[in-house]
Amino acid sequence: MIAKKQLKVSAIRNGTVIDRIPAGELFHVIEILGLAKGNHQMTFGTNLESKVLGTKSIIKVTDKFFEEDDVNLIALVAPDAVLNIIKEYQVVEKRKLVIPSEVRGLVRCLNPRCITNHEPVKTRFKIIIILEGLVLKCHYCEKETSQKNLQIISSN
Amino acid sequence: MKSLISINDFNKEEMLQILDLAAEYESNPIHPIFKDKLIALMFFEPSTRTRLSFETAATRLGARFVGFASLSHTSIAKGESLKDTIKMVSNYADMIVMRHHLDGAARYASEIAGCPIINAGDGANQHPTQTLLDMYSIRKTQQTLENLSITMVGDLKYGRTVHSLLQAMSHFNPRFHFVSCPDLEIPQEYKNFLDSRNIPYTQHHKLEGQIQDADILYITRVQQERFQDPMEYERVKNLMRLEASMLTNTRPNLRILHPLPRVNEIAIEVDDRPEAYYFEQAKNGVYTRMGLITYLMNQ
Repeated sequence: MIAKKQLKVSAIRNGTVIDRIPAGELFHVIEILGLAKGNHQMTFGTNLESKVLGTKSIIKVTDKFFEEDDVNLIALVAPDAVLNIIKEYQVVEKRKLVIPSEVRGLVRCLNPRCITNHEPVKTRFKIIIILEGLVLKCHYCEKETSQKNLQIISSN
Repeated sequence: MKSLISINDFNKEEMLQILDLAAEYESNPIHPIFKDKLIALMFFEPSTRTRLSFETAATRLGARFVGFASLSHTSIAKGESLKDTIKMVSNYADMIVMRHHLDGAARYASEIAGCPIINAGDGANQHPTQTLLDMYSIRKTQQTLENLSITMVGDLKYGRTVHSLLQAMSHFNPRFHFVSCPDLEIPQEYKNFLDSRNIPYTQHHKLEGQIQDADILYITRVQQERFQDPMEYERVKNLMRLEASMLTNTRPNLRILHPLPRVNEIAIEVDDRPEAYYFEQAKNGVYTRMGLITYLMNQ
């Protein structure tokens, strides 16, 4: 018997598939990557079955290949996600995400009295891994921002 | 070139080196070794004690100083950025001492300036020279910094001196007792910090009963404006207040420290007790700042 594999989210010819996003983090990933505002075709599915996660989300973006900064951002909210680089319908590269030790200029400090919210300073955070996930410690004001409160500095 | 922005910028050896220098200055306070140096004292936020202490330290070291004591006398009031102000001043000063109302301003300045920066308080974040003088006072009164039992009282949530002292003392195997009202408890991130270093601590909601085990009683001011409900402030303020009658069966080496200003958290009668050390503590600020200026100038 031939197993019939049916794709829940249709294939793309060229671009990137972000797989293994925890189901609840789908819109967070879309938001931080600015995908809703961009002009690349995007399809996504959520609450899909996953052997690893139970349920997962997936995003497929046509003709988009993410830069290092974007990849780091995904790692902040969905560290177990996998990036599949697609060329001519084939997966040519599978990229696992690495949680960066530091992020610069990507995330806003949530402390309203932090100098980065008052002067044109590029933000800088050290990433600390704790039991509940990640926290970002501001290099300037030394306050910590948790993963779930993360706010991205929009580049779009 | 080294700056002091956060107490974590110094390791244990560096802190001890500064305290040793401070002890030398205490026995020989007039020491004009920096006659050719100019120190800029940039106080974007008013401060009496810290600024006068730095002015005294600079004068005793023979250095000249320039600067301002509040924002209204600066071109920031005309809309100049902090970056431009720091760049301009670091062109002619050998060192900048700055206090600023925003968290992280001193770290930012240290990345712009071409000279060392001493953080004399950045918003609610750090006030590392207070920590050095607290440590100096602890070492002087206890003859050691190691293995001490420290009871911290008052605003443990927002009190930056509490947070910095806790971090600095973590190098010396301390035990902590934290006394505050529930609204002003020590933040979780500092409890995580202590846990990660296996430093024991206990938490309490009233001062009574937490004095007898202490070598150091570190009391801080509870500001009324921290409370949303003024009734709550009235209710808790006396639970944290130290009365002279509470100083019974204490350790003979117990000393009471307070970063000042004091409001009503220590009864005036305590001032005459041998355990009271807060006024001498303030005096130690000049020696430690002399030690710090010397250390950073020689880097």
